[in-house]
Amino acid sequence: MAQDEKGAGYWRWTESRWTSPDLNPKNGEVNSAGVDVGSVSTQAVVMVDGELYCYSNMRTGSDSPRSAENAMNWALEDTGLTLDDIHATVGTGYGRVNVPFATKAITEIACHARGANFMYGPTVRSILDMGGQDCKAIHCDERGKVKAFLMNDKCAAGTGRGMEVFADLLGVHINEVGEMSLQVDEEPPPVSSTCVVFAKSEAAALLREGWPKERVLASYCSAMAHRVVTLLERIGVEEEFAITGGIAKNAGVVKRLAEELNIELAKTDMDTQIAGALGAALFARALYEKKMKSG
Amino acid sequence: MQANYGYKDGSGDFFIVIDTERCNGCGDCVEVCPADVLELVEDEFDFEAETPVIAVKAEHAKKIKYSCAPCKPAAGYTTAELPCVKACEPCAIDHSW
Repeated sequence: MAQDEKGAGYWRWTESRWTSPDLNPKNGEVNSAGVDVGSVSTQAVVMVDGELYCYSNMRTGSDSPRSAENAMNWALEDTGLTLDDIHATVGTGYGRVNVPFATKAITEIACHARGANFMYGPTVRSILDMGGQDCKAIHCDERGKVKAFLMNDKCAAGTGRGMEVFADLLGVHINEVGEMSLQVDEEPPPVSSTCVVFAKSEAAALLREGWPKERVLASYCSAMAHRVVTLLERIGVEEEFAITGGIAKNAGVVKRLAEELNIELAKTDMDTQIAGALGAALFARALYEKKMKSG
Repeated sequence: MQANYGYKDGSGDFFIVIDTERCNGCGDCVEVCPADVLELVEDEFDFEAETPVIAVKAEHAKKIKYSCAPCKPAAGYTTAELPCVKACEPCAIDHSW
């Protein structure tokens, strides 16, 4: 069985960290941080004068304050920075009130809009965050300020957790699910169940009928894309349109979503899972500068 | 800012839509809601805002269809006659169902 660095099973996504090779934090005037404690993953982002310096992306454990600390420690690992070198930190996500070292907690909706504005540029107007256990549709202006939002955290259809259930069922690594679902000659009908639990039973039945894994995944990915499109209809989609969160890395869902909406997606070379923490770090910097100005 | 609180599930769309630009933070809707669904909160999307805004309480957001049921058509209400909608002078509240 394939395992990642920390020994987790093959269906789980891989934890990661990154440090900018070009930035020297010692030269920075304001070091700001953002920690996004989500239901499935926790990210810590450190920015130096508004430039992305380092981040970590880990699984959230059962203890939110500890998850926040672990993510922050991992992000700062080998950078020479410590928590004392960070001037301001903003916590966001489900566990935002549980970030012990945060100056302020800000809703993840505002942070995702701000983060996407940084990642994809100021032309982004609609954002779809497909997270671990919820799905958010956001409209924002050129400064990344939220104009409208809608969150669905009651139903697991369209979430990363739903995709994990399928990766587990088929024994396919979550990172490979998207590409694999595109390896079909003909698009199969989407699974009819909107509920992840019943969609999984339906998929098990399809496997018994002799469907190959690729076809079952294609069927699920298109069902997920369709499900999210109906959610987006409520607030509409404006160009440019960007997807953040873990599912943004799943080409199988992203491609089908873009096709169904008949829209081109904004591109980024950054990790789409850090959008919330990135926005939080940007807010932290703004808050610190405001505080300094007012003395 | 248009805030949609609620959810969509197999049985339909259930959202309370609040226009935070129109909301003046008077709190009249909080007073009249028989299910205690609404609350006044700090505007988390506009740090410059001087007045609080209305939001749906987190514990009601995932069961709003049931929380709001006593004021729905079966009980003789149209959307315009809902206590919260009627009480809101600046017309900042709407229901999707």
